[in-house]
Amino acid sequence: MDVIALSWWQLALAALMVVALAGCTAAARLGMSRSLLIAAARTVIQLALVGLVLEALFATERLHWVVLMALAMLLIAGREVMARQKRRLLGGWAFGIGTLAMFLSSFTVTVLTLTVIIGPEPWYHPQYAIPLLGMMLGNTMTGVALALDRLTDTAWRQRAVIENRLMLGQRWQEAVGDIRREAMRSGLMPMINAMAAAGVVSLPGMMTGQILAGSPPALAVKYQILVMFTITLGTGFGTLAAVAAGSRRLFDGRERLRLDRLSIPRS
Amino acid sequence: MSVTAPSATDSLRLDGLGIGDLAEINLEVDPGEVHCLSGPSGSGKSRLLRAVADLEPHGGEVWLGSQAQSSLPGHEWRARVMLVPAESHWWADSVAEHFSDAAPADLEALGFGLEVLGWQVSRLSSGEKQRLALLRAVSREPAALLLDEPTANLDDATTRRVEAWLVARIRERGWPVIWVAHDRSQIERVARRHLWIHAGRLVEEEQGAWT
Repeated sequence: MDVIALSWWQLALAALMVVALAGCTAAARLGMSRSLLIAAARTVIQLALVGLVLEALFATERLHWVVLMALAMLLIAGREVMARQKRRLLGGWAFGIGTLAMFLSSFTVTVLTLTVIIGPEPWYHPQYAIPLLGMMLGNTMTGVALALDRLTDTAWRQRAVIENRLMLGQRWQEAVGDIRREAMRSGLMPMINAMAAAGVVSLPGMMTGQILAGSPPALAVKYQILVMFTITLGTGFGTLAAVAAGSRRLFDGRERLRLDRLSIPRS
Repeated sequence: MSVTAPSATDSLRLDGLGIGDLAEINLEVDPGEVHCLSGPSGSGKSRLLRAVADLEPHGGEVWLGSQAQSSLPGHEWRARVMLVPAESHWWADSVAEHFSDAAPADLEALGFGLEVLGWQVSRLSSGEKQRLALLRAVSREPAALLLDEPTANLDDATTRRVEAWLVARIRERGWPVIWVAHDRSQIERVARRHLWIHAGRLVEEEQGAWT
């Protein structure tokens, strides 16, 4: 492949322009320059470290290292799902439900895609496995976090409606049905919008990267379609599992609404 | 519909019920009887009703006839022992979506025509909501009723009308009823017993003792 190599001094030019932007916002007293510079520095450090890890991973090509990397990614994603919820389930349930939902959906779909569809040799070849899993987890994480946040927050605000439905003898599934639908919707909408706008409004990042790296556009398009479908599968099943488990946890064995199982947000 | 429904003959019995500040509450309400419950605000009247409907964790047991609360799934218990809260809540846009079956005679008794079913919930006044919430609960044919200030938002004439309709229905169906009320003349009209929450216990108030 005929990629033009990037050297560090070329990146330094781009970095200089970011510093210039920070200088401008500082001069205009917009108060963004500090967080801008910190975020830029984090990008450099985090990506450089990940580059090192990936280089090492690609060099060894051992299953247990790939699994270890995947688990680390999963746990960090689980923590992120928890942190993005305003009112989270107490007692480790917010982390547990989010992580388990992502594990079930992302890992299953990634392994299936690797073994059945792409078929690299060996199937866990890190060049395919890690980027694929990364994209899956990143998007599933967003979907699961949005859905759980919507679920718990709406249940909190509509507690009186839910309880009135319970008083009339409805089952908990019926009493929380509207809220579950809304949570599913907010989890899946970003992915549905992305698919609808793909190629027309935006060129998806992965495809762009592949074309920049010298792939023929037709092949890049095929990979992009595959990735979009697998991401949708992962997000969909992950959100489904998270909403099912999360809404069940809002009720106890006597089908009472138990909002005391939610944390109080730090305002 | 109102003629064919079987009349219930089960009494409602609270056996050592405990919730919040209330402990060891024992009470038996016979079929077709109304027991009124009063007490200062914050004394736990509403929470007691919530415990009887099993909406909050509580101690003790509640019996409907020979059926224990804990022996039935939550939704089945609440479909039989139905709580009508002081403030009603509505989840759909139109009134009709909340009713599976509303008899025109009942609508009329509460001062509505059939066209009320087509109304938007957001247009209802608090008094209309309260009357419709009572009908919504009663039309599901429970086996016992728990009423939390069912006439709080109504004027005197409407209060009397709703009261008469409720009492007639309660006698006809033989429902045991716990009715939270403050108005003494209302309590005299509807209740066989009047209980007062005092220092975490139920105290009996004799009929006519306050005159």
